[in-house]
Amino acid sequence: MEAVLIIKGIIILAIFALSLGIAAYETYFERVVAAYIQDRVGPDYAGPAGIFQPLADAGKLFFKEDFIPALADKSLFILGPSLAMLTALLTSAVIPFGDSFIYEGQKILVQGIEVNIGILWVFGIVSLGVYGILIGGWSSNNKYSLYGAIRAASQNISYELAMGLAIIAILMMTGSLSIRSMVEAQHGFNWNIFYQPLGFIIFLTCSFAECNRTPFDLPESENELVAGYHTEYSSMKLGLYLFSEYVNMFISSAVIASLYFGGFNYPGMDWVYSKFTSIWGATVGHNWATVIGICVLMAKIFFFIFLFMWVRWTLPRFRYDQLMDLGWKALIPLAVLNMIITAAAQLSGKPLWIGLILTLIIMLVIFLPAIKKRTVKA
Amino acid sequence: MQLTNRSKKTDKTALTLAEKTYLPGIAAGLGITLKHFFSKKVTIRYPEQKRYLGPIFRGHHILKRDEEGRERCTACGLCAVACPAEAISMIAGERVKGEENLYREEKYAAAYEINMLRCIFCGLCEEACPKEAVYLRHDKFVPVFTSRDQVIYGKDQLVEDMNNRYERDAWTKEEMTKLWEKQQKVITQ
Ligand code: SF4
Ligand code: SF4
Repeated sequence: MEAVLIIKGIIILAIFALSLGIAAYETYFERVVAAYIQDRVGPDYAGPAGIFQPLADAGKLFFKEDFIPALADKSLFILGPSLAMLTALLTSAVIPFGDSFIYEGQKILVQGIEVNIGILWVFGIVSLGVYGILIGGWSSNNKYSLYGAIRAASQNISYELAMGLAIIAILMMTGSLSIRSMVEAQHGFNWNIFYQPLGFIIFLTCSFAECNRTPFDLPESENELVAGYHTEYSSMKLGLYLFSEYVNMFISSAVIASLYFGGFNYPGMDWVYSKFTSIWGATVGHNWATVIGICVLMAKIFFFIFLFMWVRWTLPRFRYDQLMDLGWKALIPLAVLNMIITAAAQLSGKPLWIGLILTLIIMLVIFLPAIKKRTVKA
Repeated sequence: MQLTNRSKKTDKTALTLAEKTYLPGIAAGLGITLKHFFSKKVTIRYPEQKRYLGPIFRGHHILKRDEEGRERCTACGLCAVACPAEAISMIAGERVKGEENLYREEKYAAAYEINMLRCIFCGLCEEACPKEAVYLRHDKFVPVFTSRDQVIYGKDQLVEDMNNRYERDAWTKEEMTKLWEKQQKVITQ
């Protein structure tokens, strides 16, 4: 029992370290991706190919003057970034990063905690996350920061609705709130993306908005609000804010991968599993198969992180009214529609692939005639 | 009115349903950025890698000597007058007997100083000089200063070294065009 607890502890520590480590390297990847998209090479002086750049950045932030404005509410000013970081890190607890390890005949799940309200936990924590921004922006005693904070709050509330509605369709399919059972329901190549393409697009858009990433980075829009809610922040407090954004990005990618892209499932996993267990025996084979599953999930997460960056360096920022229009007038009705369709499909009892084909046909009908060239050479 | 032949006419008819979702547009945009992601990078890693700046780049000043190694400058002061930044100052000296191998004219610059903090590298001194004495080198920068006493360049830093003479790559426009084309070819290869 003792050893099992220790292994569990190690797994939790590893997940914690992983979220922090990946977040640190996301800052580096962000810069490299931005550079590559703009035909540059990006930071490559600190260490081979610039891989020590995050350390240099962190070192710089630590040595900056930690300034607190005279009229700011001091305790809240400190609370803001801490809360943002705390909530960002809490979410990773319920995400199943892999199947399980068998040790001394006991199964240890590769997950912080397995609770049957997993996705609700994520939603709860994410909606708390906006307090970090709100408190920071308000306590700065600066108009621009306050604007940024208010924008963040209203944006998060608006998009959480659509996000939740998109999730309900998945809940109806699996009948459970636990992320692990959602992932397990997508065994092999039976991924939710094939049944919920619309839900996926809604969820993806909303997670961009929840992470305050471009094209929805209105809370910190540099050219309108200086830097939004973190205008007054400096040194490591600013670092925590920026860092929490990257942690959020990592967690969002993990949630998207788990909900729609099968988490640690991959096509051919049963074959790999039987091969491994026949080569190494039931225990070791199972553990190795789990390791492969973890790597697969990581690959998916990295793809989504790349997508986040790719979109950031492609699309311009929305205007505030456009943002609200998109959230309330487009995404929420679409999410409701998606929910109704899923419910109807569930009730009809027909196999799911019929819905899949129908979706494809509708997509083709809408999109094929629409793609015309808008610019002509003069 | 058409100003350039690169302008594009845009079709401003109402958006179709699919276009209103922005998804085709977003996909096209992502395609463009992805193409750039894999395209050749244009970065020149500056301190290690330098690009040819052309035969008429205006860099470090030089006070030329003639073929026999005599200083050409006669301290007429025209460069100082032409200089818009008032960066040049000099003290004239009279050539005495026995110095004919040092100075070409009877009057010479005993001291000649350029304040590189003031200089804007406009090249007007070069144009003003009647003796073809002062030039701005195309192949050498004035290095970055780290202290104020490095700012004023005297004759020791300005007068040409006979063992290492400065030659322009091109003097006429034709020569320059030819050279430029050759260099462009080297860069694009
Ligand atoms: S380059 Fe222009 S500014 Fe510099 S010394 Fe010559 S005339 Fe003056
Ligand atoms: S450099 Fe030329 S213009 Fe200037 S003082 Fe000498 S001769 Fe005259």
